[in-house]
Amino acid sequence: MLRYALLRIFGAIPTLLLVIALAFMMVHAAPGGPFDAERVLPPEIEQNIARAYNLDESLPQQFLGYLGGLVQGDLGPSYRYRDYSVSELIGNALPVSMQLGVLAMLLAIVTGIAAGLTAALSKNSYIDRLVTGIAMTGISVPVFVIAPVMVLVFAVYLNWLPASWTGGTEISRLILPVVALALPQIAYIARLTRASMIGVLSSDFVRTARAQGLKTSSIIRYHALKPAMLPLLSYMGPAIAGILTGSVVIEEIFGIPGVGQFFIRGALNRDYTLVLGIVIFYATLVILLNLVVDLLYGILDPRIRRR
Amino acid sequence: MSYLAAIRPILRKSRDNKTIVVCSSILLLIAAVALIGPLLSTHHYASTDFDNRFMLPSLSGWHLFGTDDLGRDLFVRTLLGVKVTLFVAIIASGVSLGIGVAYGAIAGYVGGKVDAVMMRAVDALYALPFIFFVILLMVVFERNFLLIFVAIGAINWLDMARIVRGQTLSLKQREFVDAARLIGVSTPGIILRHITPNLFGVVVVYMTLTIPQAILVESLLSFLGLGVQEPQTSLGALVNGGVSNMERAPWLLLIPSIVLALILLCFNFLGDGLRDVADPKKKT
Amino acid sequence: MEALARRMNHGLSFIKCLPRQRLPILACITILLAACGGVQDAERETVLHRGLGAEPESLDIHKARSNQAGDVQRDLGEGLTGYAADGKLELAAAERVEPSEDGLQYTFWLRPDGKWSNGDKVTAHDFVFGFRRLVNPATAAFYAQQSLGDVVNATEIIAGERPVDDLAVAAIDDLQLQITLNNPVPYFLALLTHPSTFPMHRPSVELHGDAHARPGNLVSNGAYKLQEWAVGSYIEIVRNEHYRNNDQTAIDRVRHHITPEDSVELNRYRAGELDVTFSVPSEAFEQMRKERPNELRVSPYLAVYYYGFNLTKPPFKDNPKMRQALSMAIDRETLTEKITERGEAPAYGWVPPGTNNYEPRQFLYANLTQDERHTKARELYREAGFSEDKPFSVEIRYNTADGHRRVALAVQSMWREVLGVESTLINEEAQVLLENIRMRDVTQVFRLSWTGDYNDAYTFLSVMESDNPSNLTGFSNDEYDGLMDKAAVQADPDVRQVYLEEAEKLLLSEHPVMPLYFYVNKNMVSPRVRGWGDNVLNYHYSQYLSLSDTD
Repeated sequence: MLRYALLRIFGAIPTLLLVIALAFMMVHAAPGGPFDAERVLPPEIEQNIARAYNLDESLPQQFLGYLGGLVQGDLGPSYRYRDYSVSELIGNALPVSMQLGVLAMLLAIVTGIAAGLTAALSKNSYIDRLVTGIAMTGISVPVFVIAPVMVLVFAVYLNWLPASWTGGTEISRLILPVVALALPQIAYIARLTRASMIGVLSSDFVRTARAQGLKTSSIIRYHALKPAMLPLLSYMGPAIAGILTGSVVIEEIFGIPGVGQFFIRGALNRDYTLVLGIVIFYATLVILLNLVVDLLYGILDPRIRRR
Repeated sequence: MSYLAAIRPILRKSRDNKTIVVCSSILLLIAAVALIGPLLSTHHYASTDFDNRFMLPSLSGWHLFGTDDLGRDLFVRTLLGVKVTLFVAIIASGVSLGIGVAYGAIAGYVGGKVDAVMMRAVDALYALPFIFFVILLMVVFERNFLLIFVAIGAINWLDMARIVRGQTLSLKQREFVDAARLIGVSTPGIILRHITPNLFGVVVVYMTLTIPQAILVESLLSFLGLGVQEPQTSLGALVNGGVSNMERAPWLLLIPSIVLALILLCFNFLGDGLRDVADPKKKT
Repeated sequence: MEALARRMNHGLSFIKCLPRQRLPILACITILLAACGGVQDAERETVLHRGLGAEPESLDIHKARSNQAGDVQRDLGEGLTGYAADGKLELAAAERVEPSEDGLQYTFWLRPDGKWSNGDKVTAHDFVFGFRRLVNPATAAFYAQQSLGDVVNATEIIAGERPVDDLAVAAIDDLQLQITLNNPVPYFLALLTHPSTFPMHRPSVELHGDAHARPGNLVSNGAYKLQEWAVGSYIEIVRNEHYRNNDQTAIDRVRHHITPEDSVELNRYRAGELDVTFSVPSEAFEQMRKERPNELRVSPYLAVYYYGFNLTKPPFKDNPKMRQALSMAIDRETLTEKITERGEAPAYGWVPPGTNNYEPRQFLYANLTQDERHTKARELYREAGFSEDKPFSVEIRYNTADGHRRVALAVQSMWREVLGVESTLINEEAQVLLENIRMRDVTQVFRLSWTGDYNDAYTFLSVMESDNPSNLTGFSNDEYDGLMDKAAVQADPDVRQVYLEEAEKLLLSEHPVMPLYFYVNKNMVSPRVRGWGDNVLNYHYSQYLSLSDTD
């Protein structure tokens, strides 16, 4: 197990390099540059700017320069926000996004699993139909519809909650964005849990246990729960990706300066260094998380453990 | 087990399953209306009418769903949106299905180094932020309509591949696979004839997650301004337009959202029904 | 394994317990929130919450060029000249100016009470230091050429051909500054209102280098000093007690909130989080006009929204008839009344109304009815060789934004109905569109806008000179260039005005562009805010604003 984990971590380094190279190429392949604007600059000034940001060097030279800085832990200056370095921008944005994302994920997992289990255990009862129905609706309406509607209803009309997030940790400011972000995931997780639990409950070994006379609650606790959670683990990857994508919309609507926002702005502004910096962070995070999920899969499903 | 042998009982059981029948009927009905409907209306989806903007739904002037901010008939545009959305989603899901299943099954079954390398590649692709990848695809290839669903399909196959691989890993240990190997069936044979049909259940369930996902991805692209180009439209684009005019003309948001939700709901319930029917472990 | 399952199950039972624990938690939260609210009431500081729009790229006056950066910089710093609340040009850091007879040399006397936020006096040396850094090629400043390009040796220094010290700006003594120009520039005093020409505090710039514009480092000479920049969220500035006019500043603290989405910003305004917005989305205009007519402020803005032609390639090269036909076929009244709906003025000329010392020209057909224009347009269309059976096809490019999309759809529809033209709409990202426009390869018709940098017709007309890099259409007319050159060196304002008006008339008759409408300022301003003066440059210095507590 440990060897597997270490191998994976080592193997991740070439992956990371590949990702960086790919991202670098793509971002420079996109037409338009970071300093284009409706007000076209006189050629001498363009030259000065190009020189100041190494844009007059060839692409391979720029790439090597970037890697050189990277090794020293320097992600470079932002091309767009000229007073700040990329590390600072990410450093500011990351805790914000993490807070939002982690809270949403927790809310989604807890609520989703609870809802799904409840539905599965009282299958085909009206509770089940209700939960399933709500979950279905959560999946069927895009988040960029739900969120503005929520803002309109709760912040503008009812004035119960703030319409935006402006730093600080006031809980009231977090409620709307976290809930809006979690909603689609709650729906997916509830459905997955329900389906998975139903499947497990009708499987052979559960029926064996029941035939052996074990109580339902013990069956659930000791035999059914773990395998039922397995598909959920597989879903964690997409779930996190979903939270990250959804967070861009949420960040936009609630004015939250998170990584998603900076990333989109960076891509649209051709802020090469900012975009690359975020890609590297994201890539590292995803690689680590995949490793964790795979390890957990190995732990929880004994059938896979031996490789 | 051959494909036919796997599918036939499913089809038979489907006919008896109420959810499947109802949902597929609704979807087919919506698709049919989308194809035939525009022929019935006198309005064209791109014809603007600046004097009749923001009209409430009514029978006068045959604006069944009202008009939008440029005076275009919402009924015809909604139908167009349905066409485009369904088309994009089905093609995108098909692409991700094909690539994902093949990739995941091979990786999961063959295992070992091949699996490691294949999943490493998936990791690398996963790590590239989807939005960025899509923006650049769009930008480099100039907003080609075809590119939209290729882009969506190219993103989603990663999820499918991981799920299928996981499922294949479990299936690999099952008795009938050992039996087939003992008989002497080759590896590709096992993958094609024994693993894949058994993946059907999982794949179908996941497909009913990916088609709605593809639809939602398309609406996200519209949100970013990268989706279908004007004057064409999709349900996502219509919904987006509706959000900005939410207070002034709520029907511009409500109607496309309801249609979108209905389609997504049907796909999701359909998936549930198919899962009930296709699960090989289920004995009635 | 068992342990994990037990833990998971324990977690689930915690959920079942939650309802009982939820109430006390909610109670605590409510009390906390109420307490926080109470603490704020106790402070008697006046705070203004303004929407700024998109995030500024920098607060370093040489490294920024956006309007948003300018808005904050104008609160933080002060140049030789500035604007009053009503938009009138006035002296700011300088108390007296004497231009020479030939208009080539300006001597400024600075106010003796001018101070930096750390108490140091503002001297002429600070201006010299700032100007030198502006033109220094290593600074790579955006506005170097625009602001100081007329100063002797400036262009050469920017190109790296001369040392920085050659710039013809000199501090005669601590309070006297002299600037020498290559040619008379009638709007030179207006140029000096731009933040790139503000003075710089030498010690802090030398100490902090490129980081001197960060909170905690920045020393400013304006009404406010920089307190905090929460990137992506807001920029907070507080009163600069050393400011020469500090007793006139009513508001102690200003938060410039980053509000890139106007619909989101409006919601925040309606929820009471903002006192002033940066913009108002057009979808909400009707509603705001009805619900909050006194808070919706609309006034002309010195900017024009236009569709440009690519004149370097067919189909529009050497095709004035088609260009005019297309321009005439657009119903600008419908466009502004029904599509953009924010009270913009239809544009039949290039220079916006409200420009100082100027009478804007208009298209010759400005006074015809729309039907008459259509008839004439169809005639020209046929003369250009096209008809219903042989339609003209064209591509319209615009950058991704809802407003631009609607205008493009409207224009497409108008061209189709009046002329039968088949247009394809291409929606591109801003950066992509700009690059395409510059390359002049694929573009045919493209959407752009131009904002005046200062209140003078020259800033609009100079764009169309053949050697101006911002001339994105490729318009090149010797007569036009000649008129503009003459106007540039003309000291007599009346003669100059004649030249400029002639130039505009010529420009309009050639149809290199199709101006569609002139922008308006649109802001929601809370009734609490006093001193908001509508002006054509949309400069609203926080120091002129005050908050009245009577709601």
